[in-house]
Amino acid sequence: MSEYIIRNGHVFDPVQGIKGDKKDIAVKDGKIVETSALSASATQIDAKGKSVMAGAMEIHAHVAGPKVNLGRWYRPEDKLFDSHKTPGMTRIEGGKSIPTVFKTGYSYARMGYTFAMEAAMPPLYARHVHEEIHDTPIIDEAALPVFGNNWFMLEYLKNHEIENNAAYVAWVLNQTKGYGIKIVNPGGTEAWAWGLNCLTVNDPVPYFEITPAEIIKGLIETNEYLGLPHSIHIHGNNLGNPGNYNVTLDTLKLVEGYKAKNNFGRKQVMHATHVQFHAYGGDNWGNFESKAKEIMDYVNKEKSITMDTGNVTLDETTTMTADGPFEHHLGGLNHLKWANVDVELETAAGVVPYIYSPSISVCAIQWAIGLELALYAKDPMRCFITTDHPNAGPFTRYPRVIKWLMSAKAREAQINAFKHKDKVLSQTNIGTLDREITLYELAAMTRAGPAASLGLSKDYGGLKPGMNADIAVYDINPDKMPSDPEEIEKAFSGVAYLFKDGKICVKDGVVVDNGNKRTFWVDAKVKENKQVMHDVREKFLKYYSVNEGNYPVPDSYAPHPYVIAVDATQ
Amino acid sequence: MPKVVTDVTCPFCGTLCDDLEVTVSDDNKKILSVRNACAIGAEKFNHTSLPGRVTRPRKRQPDGTFKEISYDEAIDWTANMLVNSKKTLMYGWASTSCQAMSVGHEIAEKVGGVVDNCATVCHGSSLIAIQDVGIPSCTLGEVKNRADRVIFWGCNPAHAHPRHMSRYSIFPRGFFTVKGHKGRKIYCVDCRYTDTARVADEFIQVQQGHDYELLDAFRTAARGEELPATIGGVPKEKIYKIVEELKQGRFGVIFFGMGLTHTLGRNHNIDIAISFTRDMNDYTKFSIIAMRGHWNVTGSGQVLSWQYGFPYAVDLSRRNKARYQTGETTSVDLLVRNEVEACFNIATDPGAHFPIDSVISMSKKPTVTVDPHINMSTEISDIHIPVAMVGVETGGCAYRMDNVPIETRKVVDAPDGMLTDVELLTKINARVDQLMGAK
Amino acid sequence: MITCRSIKQGVGMEAGKTSQKYFDACSIIEMHADDFKKLGIWKNTNVKVTSSVGSVIVKAVETRQDLYPGLGHIPMGPWANRIVPAYTFSTGEPCFKGFPVTVEVAMNEPIMSAVDVVKDACGLLRK
Repeated sequence: MSEYIIRNGHVFDPVQGIKGDKKDIAVKDGKIVETSALSASATQIDAKGKSVMAGAMEIHAHVAGPKVNLGRWYRPEDKLFDSHKTPGMTRIEGGKSIPTVFKTGYSYARMGYTFAMEAAMPPLYARHVHEEIHDTPIIDEAALPVFGNNWFMLEYLKNHEIENNAAYVAWVLNQTKGYGIKIVNPGGTEAWAWGLNCLTVNDPVPYFEITPAEIIKGLIETNEYLGLPHSIHIHGNNLGNPGNYNVTLDTLKLVEGYKAKNNFGRKQVMHATHVQFHAYGGDNWGNFESKAKEIMDYVNKEKSITMDTGNVTLDETTTMTADGPFEHHLGGLNHLKWANVDVELETAAGVVPYIYSPSISVCAIQWAIGLELALYAKDPMRCFITTDHPNAGPFTRYPRVIKWLMSAKAREAQINAFKHKDKVLSQTNIGTLDREITLYELAAMTRAGPAASLGLSKDYGGLKPGMNADIAVYDINPDKMPSDPEEIEKAFSGVAYLFKDGKICVKDGVVVDNGNKRTFWVDAKVKENKQVMHDVREKFLKYYSVNEGNYPVPDSYAPHPYVIAVDATQ
Repeated sequence: MPKVVTDVTCPFCGTLCDDLEVTVSDDNKKILSVRNACAIGAEKFNHTSLPGRVTRPRKRQPDGTFKEISYDEAIDWTANMLVNSKKTLMYGWASTSCQAMSVGHEIAEKVGGVVDNCATVCHGSSLIAIQDVGIPSCTLGEVKNRADRVIFWGCNPAHAHPRHMSRYSIFPRGFFTVKGHKGRKIYCVDCRYTDTARVADEFIQVQQGHDYELLDAFRTAARGEELPATIGGVPKEKIYKIVEELKQGRFGVIFFGMGLTHTLGRNHNIDIAISFTRDMNDYTKFSIIAMRGHWNVTGSGQVLSWQYGFPYAVDLSRRNKARYQTGETTSVDLLVRNEVEACFNIATDPGAHFPIDSVISMSKKPTVTVDPHINMSTEISDIHIPVAMVGVETGGCAYRMDNVPIETRKVVDAPDGMLTDVELLTKINARVDQLMGAK
Repeated sequence: MITCRSIKQGVGMEAGKTSQKYFDACSIIEMHADDFKKLGIWKNTNVKVTSSVGSVIVKAVETRQDLYPGLGHIPMGPWANRIVPAYTFSTGEPCFKGFPVTVEVAMNEPIMSAVDVVKDACGLLRK
């Protein structure tokens, strides 16, 4: 296979502690190797004046699955002026806020991303998620099945049967080719099947009589019992409402007393996602304010938490989440078309378009909150950059978010452009923060950190010899940083080179190879559990609308699998 | 020894029953019997072994008769037709697998086709309505486990989705619905007293074409406002009473079909039904589900959506963008206005199910029909290419009416030498590449 | 006139569109008893149904899925679509249900086969 030597680039690698030194990176047979291991015929890649990082890893985005697709087809307007063929080895691509699968793969790759985690997979629809993952070019992907409102889980955890719950989770991961435990609005989405909700961690679920706090703790215990590569990944209760930061702190505090148990180097027991939506103070939209500092004070102190930001990008976008009641509420607020699907025994989903207008003070404050979270973060290895795509904005805006994080001047320009600038400054702390995220910190927040959180740090997220050759080279020179922040956005919008598994897939922002993307999933083995198998059999016979024999996703849907085996049979 | 294949998914309607059991002969060539299927599903499986099955492509001769040709000849003719036509209608897809659709789309993107599926004459109106107002919905298992108010509006599952009522909507005893039929109130709104109405607790006879006014009246009644004496032939007292009963329920669901999508108002009939459902969510939990007809029309919508962003009528003829505009890119309109140069039908029969004016238009253009059986389309096509029956002789992914993906299985071998849709389309794709490379 | 699915139409279709089952299931028009009387039509005799598009010969039958006077039903298929207007109101959906027709006695006119009724309209039927 091919050999490459990427010469004279400024390397940013938190895994090895390299903070911009000029270093050569060698690639051979899909892996990063010592430069001495290359033959003389290695292709030379000139990275002089450029920055070299590992491929970026998207830890939370809605890019594949039934609600994503519903968003696509019920918004034909999303393709207005956005259906085209770009130069390179590409199919027709389209969609501004919910790109088609081809555009998704190409766009991530063009920005230097090599991995994306589909944030929420309803197990009953797993086949659909994998069909889309299969059709998404270049980037590796995985998907997190949702458990926070699952009937099996609710019953097992009510009786604190961790071993049974673990056997069930392992069974679902195997059946759906899932990666880990996702929790969305625990308990509240089951309540939503009756039109109700759980707005605090202590509101019991109708009929099942278990609280979100008990669900979350039980799932932490389940996750550590199994020793999965990732921790629980949670979208907490009461998303999007003024004053919800208290519920967020209650949720985060549930980690106290737990320790991570796994063979993957993972240190956290909870990954809190799109925290921007959960960091709100005030009690109505008038006195709505940022509580990002209060949240980050806790996150900075509590090392067993990782999080991602959920930055608002100030675009017209489409919200979609398994927080069904929230979407109903949002549709009631903005009167745009609301779609909802309740999924038997498992979860629900809602979709509503949303416009984050810079003229609306609430949207501007949300924008500020997302940035404050990152700017207050003391440990960039535990705070990652996302837009909860497409909820707070399309992922194609990452270069813009990076610009705002790296340039106080760019932030100031945006603040000055707000119609309600005074309110933004008085209800948030954004005006007081002059920190500028460095390229090294950015590498931690978008590469090394997510890899470690996902339990993939052995082979991904860094440039250490032995790791997979997923490498991004950007046209940005740390010795000559541009004075115009727009140049930062431009540099991150199109890589000079993207290596995926040691193959050049993107060159100067153009797709030159579709690579050989893989589907990552976790195969956890547990002791034989007759009780759980009986419960599965019974529920399929009585309550599901499909047969047990038709539930699993066959191997043909993940033709290039990357299976992580976990042995939990002790 | 004959063997029994279990968990078989029936490839007929959008109910996508997946509990069929098919007994197959020892040599895997003949279906001996089918259990759990409805009359239509059973007929489908039993038909595979009937005599007279076409096993090789046929080409229409100048004298009107058909002559057998080889697959290679048929593939070559088809590829040439596709490459030479600036805009080909590639219609159907609703009875084949998602894997086959993917290959078909690749071809369409290369040669400049318009990919349209059966929704265009079925639930297209519903898709337009959802694009306007969204849709509060749920999976069929939620109906089974929770619904205590079920409305069939303009649909007749007793005839079109025969096992729907026993598997999901009326009779099952679910987790919160242990009383089954007795714990539910069933309503049927139709212009005819159908066999479905016979099973309902309440039949509402609406004047044909007046569903929009009646739905508007339901919305008005829900808000407690005044109604005229009758709407669409239905007295207002009945409407008030029913709406009140719906509000007293815990979980209501509306199933609707062609009675709304085909009649005057088209998409507006559905957008008002959806709006009524949304209104009802202010009082109790309410959902609405479209009774999709074909077993994989939903699948075609899904694959087109994730690949191009639109659920049907996707015009790829410019090859560098995808366009969608009902009325412009929909099959019947394209044919009636003569805006396509060639037709490629797969897994469908527009000859029998499109209005005659569009069929006449199709008959005057080079046309290829891919279908296991002889039908009206094959008889007016230039080439008929038979393929294995998906869901019986080859597997593939399908999507149920509530978008749940279920795998269909191969139960018996196809007749010797017969290609599957995926194999055929792959070969056509390769031949198209050769021809286009040679240009 | 409305054109809809029926179970016999579905079974017939799966038996084969050129089968007798399909012919029997779809080459019919169902009407209310009052319409039979008004139009002077005997049950199970052939009638000519005409719309803005053209005419088709089908057999007039009784149905247990009651219609009301003035409403007729031909199950979906080539006979129904012989007279369905193609106008879609820019929605893509033709007028499958809710178009006006006249029905008249045609006792001695034969019903064409499924293939022939389509070929005839397309000018492909060799006499």
